[in-house]
Amino acid sequence: MSRTLQAPVTVAFDYTRSTGPVIGRFLTGLRDTTIVGGRLGDGRVAVPPPEYDPVTHQAVTEFVELPDTGTVTSWTWVSEPVAGQPFERPFAYALITIDGADTPWLHAVDVASPDDIETGMRVRARWAEERTGSVNDLVFEADGGDQPGTPAPAGGEDVSRIVTPVSLDYHYAASPEESSFFRGLAEGKILGQRCPKCQKVYVPPRGACPTDGVPTAEEIELSHVGTVTTFCVVNVPFLGQKIKPPYVSAYVLLDGADIALQHLILDIPADEVRMGMRVEAVWKPRDEWGTSIENISHFAPTGEPDADFDSYKHHL
Amino acid sequence: MSKVPAAVIGIGQTHHRAKREDVSMAGLCREAMDRALEDAGLTLDEVDAIVIGKAPDLFEGVMMPELYLAEALGAAGKPLLRVHTAGSVGGSTAIVASSLVQAGVHKKVLTVAFEKQSESNAMWALSVPIPFVMPVHAGAGGYFAPHVRSYIRRANAPSHIGAIVAAKDRNNALKNPYAHLHNEGTTVESVLASQMLWDPIHYDETCPSSDGACAMVIAAEDVAKTYEAPAWIHGTVMRSEPTSAAERDQVNPQAGRDAAAALWKATGITDPAREIDCAEIYVPFAWFEPMWLENLGFAPEGEGWKLTEAGETAIGGSLPVNMSGGVLSSNPIGASGMLRFAEAALQVRGRAGEHQVDGARRALGHAYGGGSQFFSMWVVGSQPPSN
Amino acid sequence: MRDVAVVGFAQRQMKDFDGSPSMAELLVPILAECYEQTGWTKKDIGFWCSGSSDYLAGRSFSFVSAIDAIGVLPPVNESHVEMDAAWALYEAWVKIQTGEVDTALVFGFGKASAGVLRRTLSMQLDPYTMTPLWPDTVSLAALQARLGLDAGLWDETALADVVNRSLTDAEKNEYAVRAGGSSVSELLARPMFADPLRKHDCAPVTDGAAAIVLAAGDRAYDANQRPAWITGIAHSSDGLHLGTRDLTISGSAQRAAAAVGGTAGVQVAELHAPFSHQELVLRSALGLGDDVQINPSGGALAANPMFSAGAIRIGEAAKRIWDGSADKVLGHATSGPALQQNLVCVMEAQENGSGK
Repeated sequence: MSRTLQAPVTVAFDYTRSTGPVIGRFLTGLRDTTIVGGRLGDGRVAVPPPEYDPVTHQAVTEFVELPDTGTVTSWTWVSEPVAGQPFERPFAYALITIDGADTPWLHAVDVASPDDIETGMRVRARWAEERTGSVNDLVFEADGGDQPGTPAPAGGEDVSRIVTPVSLDYHYAASPEESSFFRGLAEGKILGQRCPKCQKVYVPPRGACPTDGVPTAEEIELSHVGTVTTFCVVNVPFLGQKIKPPYVSAYVLLDGADIALQHLILDIPADEVRMGMRVEAVWKPRDEWGTSIENISHFAPTGEPDADFDSYKHHL
Repeated sequence: MSKVPAAVIGIGQTHHRAKREDVSMAGLCREAMDRALEDAGLTLDEVDAIVIGKAPDLFEGVMMPELYLAEALGAAGKPLLRVHTAGSVGGSTAIVASSLVQAGVHKKVLTVAFEKQSESNAMWALSVPIPFVMPVHAGAGGYFAPHVRSYIRRANAPSHIGAIVAAKDRNNALKNPYAHLHNEGTTVESVLASQMLWDPIHYDETCPSSDGACAMVIAAEDVAKTYEAPAWIHGTVMRSEPTSAAERDQVNPQAGRDAAAALWKATGITDPAREIDCAEIYVPFAWFEPMWLENLGFAPEGEGWKLTEAGETAIGGSLPVNMSGGVLSSNPIGASGMLRFAEAALQVRGRAGEHQVDGARRALGHAYGGGSQFFSMWVVGSQPPSN
Repeated sequence: MRDVAVVGFAQRQMKDFDGSPSMAELLVPILAECYEQTGWTKKDIGFWCSGSSDYLAGRSFSFVSAIDAIGVLPPVNESHVEMDAAWALYEAWVKIQTGEVDTALVFGFGKASAGVLRRTLSMQLDPYTMTPLWPDTVSLAALQARLGLDAGLWDETALADVVNRSLTDAEKNEYAVRAGGSSVSELLARPMFADPLRKHDCAPVTDGAAAIVLAAGDRAYDANQRPAWITGIAHSSDGLHLGTRDLTISGSAQRAAAAVGGTAGVQVAELHAPFSHQELVLRSALGLGDDVQINPSGGALAANPMFSAGAIRIGEAAKRIWDGSADKVLGHATSGPALQQNLVCVMEAQENGSGK
């Protein structure tokens, strides 16, 4: 058994970006198969146009339409591409100085091998048939001298907003102390640990006691019964919500623990939940268990009298 | 050695909106920066260093965006620092910038904080799923609502106090042309009639999600004293504590109490309620006004709501709070703390326009973040610090 | 300026850390080692500052639970930068200069192995015109390397020399995740990874964390018999965009070196060069001659834990002062693609050296 519990997580969102006038002008150009540079205060032409002049710091306002050919000023060979790159097979990234520009632009060049590219090589844009106003509307290829057909400009309103999908895969691991808690749940146990310094019982256990900065250690099996210290009634629907509002999200201080767990209170109308209410864990059917807090479906009232405010007020 | 006295000599902010679709991230920052520089009568080239703050990078989907922004913000060729201390970051960033001046390292530092929340969705960015753990609450409101309930119980506060705060701040925002929300006719009754989102928090008691930026120029004494109305920095403080710990007080956190005590001591203030003329306090949910009034020592524990109920925190009261409309009216998260610090500076400079507190000479700027665990604060004054 | 010294340093570096992305459990023994070195407890620390990245961890507010490793009740005076911990050290040094505190502990941490590092770092680029092409950091460094090759500023042998020396020195570093010298000819016989760079020209993906203790004046002697006095510390930035800066030089490193009064007399330099050719760029930018010993630790080519590797360079350099093997050393940190941001920290055995 590995020391810690691990699982994959994907962090993905389609970001909506407003471009502002300069990037908007550049991306509108790409959609219309035109490479647009910006003229800087010192007379140079930069591609892509910077939003603000690097020397004068003023907004760049003068644009120059350039041809879609240029020269490789540096290159590298991507032998093992990663997700999202312009090609899934090996390809070249290059710094390309567009004809009429003074600064190079980073882009991809579609050549078969590193032997087919060199500094000084002439390249030409190969435009995508479907273009949205994105740097992905083109790649570069060796300029064979023959004039390929350029797709017709798409036209339409200027680009002012783009969507950029970002998806990153991570390998998540719980700390060793948390891992013991999740593994305990898989056996129907709620395991806490005591801090060797302050003697407080933490659930879940901690890699570092937040008061003392040392790992919690001595394992304590906790009661499945506890007290609602405080709570809120969730009335708002949100992305990924699993329970239909209204429902109660509460802090439950298990008997024997010194810190409350957050969980759901069900089997009682939301407006009848109280601070001090005694509750117990309701477990899902055993065949649905994993190494997760979700093994506990929710907490439900025990029917005992409410705990006295003084007994839990220092946990608020 | 003694600290170099420092002051705010330029302040700028954007018009905060739900979506600033007319600008890029660089454009948003420059709108605030250019206003601050114009206010200070300086150019970017005259600034020694730039300190940037913003909240989580997942909001905009750019890792350390200050790197790609460096050139557009005029930071290429200069020292550039990026601060991130959760919701308190706008305040912490201003404090790092002032430390650079107070330490004698630089003479003129430009600091900017921003958030362009419309690039993504804050609720998503703050709740990326964690394996093995179940999401039980919904966003920041779901996180803070139970602690508001605890406050109400502990302080025996009447249930309409949050609505008083929300109505006051929304009406203050009507006087602030930069504020995101300009909700005419907000009353205690209309707040209480709005949807209950995270009981006990109503919709109108919550902050909006905004795009916005704030910038300040902070200068050393010899530069600042050539200006007509600098806001002198009398004291700064930061304190942190854990998100969750056994028996941690989540209503009246020790880090906030400790920070306030240290700030009052550093500024020679013995009776903050009397000696502070107005305060911009980070109140993203209305009930946090009375909670922080107690935490900061403006009122005894359990009695902050009495100041609010008596109208003392309105403009014209004994301790005006959130004259700008506060976080409840504009919330570009990374910039929200700096907006509090900047409003305090505007007040003591006498430049707060329609939301000016008459004769404000000493003001508090306050920010907090995380699970009420990171605090940053400053006191600014119309006169140089005497200590 | 107050005299401030590096008086404590601890590190952990590994290929794959199997614990949580907040790394609190890894920071606990690192902080304990700092306390042991200095004889202090957390109560002796006036200011705390850390460096880390949410995108490395894959979640927002990833630094928040790391402070649990300190034990933060009662609360502490604390800050965080979304940068390498070398810049956290800078913020702490500034805080000490204000006179508000006399001591500080800074730390950095990062679990690069949680994602695909070279792809994650594409998120640092211009989100409108670069990131949609997902240019990985290794490719960007390779474009920089070729510019220097084409310009005749270095050749492949020079790169292999850097690698061979680094991996030979790394044999003595217990935290190196890549070590073992070879020969220039053997290194050059290995296949290209990102032409003109081979895998050994690129820093290995490394998980890790590190902490450094700073103290002013007499407090420094209280913690360390031979403190490494910071006689100059400065940093600077270039623009990110590859088109508008000369990638074969490092203007920001030059400016940082000038701001500390130059590097004359430096005997040992720990340079944060994640790619072999970047060491050559930095040596030139920092004005380090052939008589300066470079990266006795093996440097970033032996281990490069993101967000602490820069601070580790400062710690490794300080150790040469502590053990008496040098009187003047330099620690350097970099951040951003192709050496965009650079920080220089000069330390000496004698306090009050070159002043600022």
